[in-house]
Amino acid sequence: MFIKQLSVFIENRSGRLEQVTHVLKKNNINIISISLADTSDYGLLRLILSDPDKAITILKEQEFSATITDVIAVKFTQHVGQLSELLTILSNADVDIEYMYSLTSGKNDASIVLKTNNQQKALDTISESSFELLLPEEAYSLRD
Amino acid sequence: MIWNEARECMSRDELNNLQSARLRKVLNRVYHNVEPYRKRMQEAGLEPGDIGGIEDISKLPFTTKDDLRDNYPFGLFAVPMSEIVRIHASSGTTGKATVVGYTRKDIDVWSCVARCCAMAGLGRNDIIQVAYGYGLFTGGLGGHYGAEHLGATVVPMSTGNTQKLIDMMVDFGATGLMCTPSYLMHIAEVIEEQGLRDKIKLKATLNGAEPWTENMRKQIEERLGIEAHDIYGLSEIMGPGVATDCHFHKGLHIFEDHFYPEIVDPKTLEPLPDGETGELVITTLTKEGIPLIRYRTKDLTSITHEKCECGRTTARISRFTGRSDDMLIIRGVNVFPSQIETALLTVDGITPNYQIIVDRVNHQDTLAILVEVEERFFSDEIKELENLQKKIEHAVHQTIGLHAKIKLVEPKTIERSMGKAVRVVDKRKLV
Repeated sequence: MFIKQLSVFIENRSGRLEQVTHVLKKNNINIISISLADTSDYGLLRLILSDPDKAITILKEQEFSATITDVIAVKFTQHVGQLSELLTILSNADVDIEYMYSLTSGKNDASIVLKTNNQQKALDTISESSFELLLPEEAYSLRD
Repeated sequence: MIWNEARECMSRDELNNLQSARLRKVLNRVYHNVEPYRKRMQEAGLEPGDIGGIEDISKLPFTTKDDLRDNYPFGLFAVPMSEIVRIHASSGTTGKATVVGYTRKDIDVWSCVARCCAMAGLGRNDIIQVAYGYGLFTGGLGGHYGAEHLGATVVPMSTGNTQKLIDMMVDFGATGLMCTPSYLMHIAEVIEEQGLRDKIKLKATLNGAEPWTENMRKQIEERLGIEAHDIYGLSEIMGPGVATDCHFHKGLHIFEDHFYPEIVDPKTLEPLPDGETGELVITTLTKEGIPLIRYRTKDLTSITHEKCECGRTTARISRFTGRSDDMLIIRGVNVFPSQIETALLTVDGITPNYQIIVDRVNHQDTLAILVEVEERFFSDEIKELENLQKKIEHAVHQTIGLHAKIKLVEPKTIERSMGKAVRVVDKRKLV
């Protein structure tokens, strides 16, 4: 199962990031995980949120450029070599990573959020492996 | 030195007689040889005989850049192609160039550039580097042949290799230079950086093809220890060499025996008296290839007919204050905002919200285009956004020949005035 990620385009202007988080806070939306990719002119904010559908509606009302993308979250236990194993599996299946970031889901485990060049194939490959997917309901309710 | 004293210093009466005779001749030629002109004169109820002299010129209809475009490529030529020995062109809004043709005599007339060089104190003993672009643009070849006609030693540098230009300036002992004012500023900076100020023998420069200020001119004179002159021209009329300022720098002498100047109110199109700012309108009195009658240059200036301290009697136009249309001159290239809009349209099929920002950083024009990242452009991947930037940059370069910095911005962040996005912000201070 895919997880909905919200991506927001943010110009490199003072206070813009704060404004996004403020809008989310005001609407009682929890940020589960966050990643910020930056270039010299702008940043791309990627968020896993407690209510992505509500969040996109609100952000668009506030005239942010935002979009929802399906990403995959894979559960990791705190053992050495987990990411390496996962990447080997995906690489063998000819799936390339576009970007990824981590999502801490508790004291003893973590998840990795993945966007690949072939999401369906990635999902199928991971489902067939020993790795466990973080389900959307689990993700959105983390820390709530 | 005055290159052609007989023409440049003739009495106003004599000059008026010459202009009248030449106007009658050119009207006869266009009336009989160029259909669009004949039609337009007939529509105005005019025949060449109705124009007795130069004082009747305001009866004639205007010609505009649109006329050149509508009759693309050779429709306004007044001679058979066998008489045309050269073509030049400048970019146009619709992607179609404005094309001009020269007869052998037109090329001779273009040697007016020699008058400009002489005005700048240059002569046959000088070595002149021409650092305008060579090609369809009139700057390079126009400057080249004028300087050659002068008898100077001409070095055809063209643009793009500043280091070579400076090396040769030092090694050859070049004394003259023709280039855009902003390029001259850049050259001056490099000369200073390399500590070559004492190694150069440069005396005078002729700079045009883009607007600049008296302050810029004085600054550059000081920095390089030279005398800088403003040279005006436009490809439709001929190219560089229509007017230049003399040693006294009190306006640009326009070569009235070839180019008859009028200043009109850009709104009412009524002639304006000396000293009032309006649009410069030029009639080519001697041109054979593509004579232009009352051509609206869209350049704003004022005129004086007072005799200059240098002895020349030709009218002088003041430094240009701007344009009566929305044309931008960026690094010497004429750019209409509509061209950029057309380029943006090719990327996605829909024009995005955009803003053109022109600035001058270290005396070089910069062009940036802000494009709002609307939903249809947006991606969660940086590489997609970078691709979009590259595509836009390429499309703009293809259309106007200039590299622009494309900046993606958030939706609704481009300044709006009365609900309409402000399309052009020109931050260059040219007062």
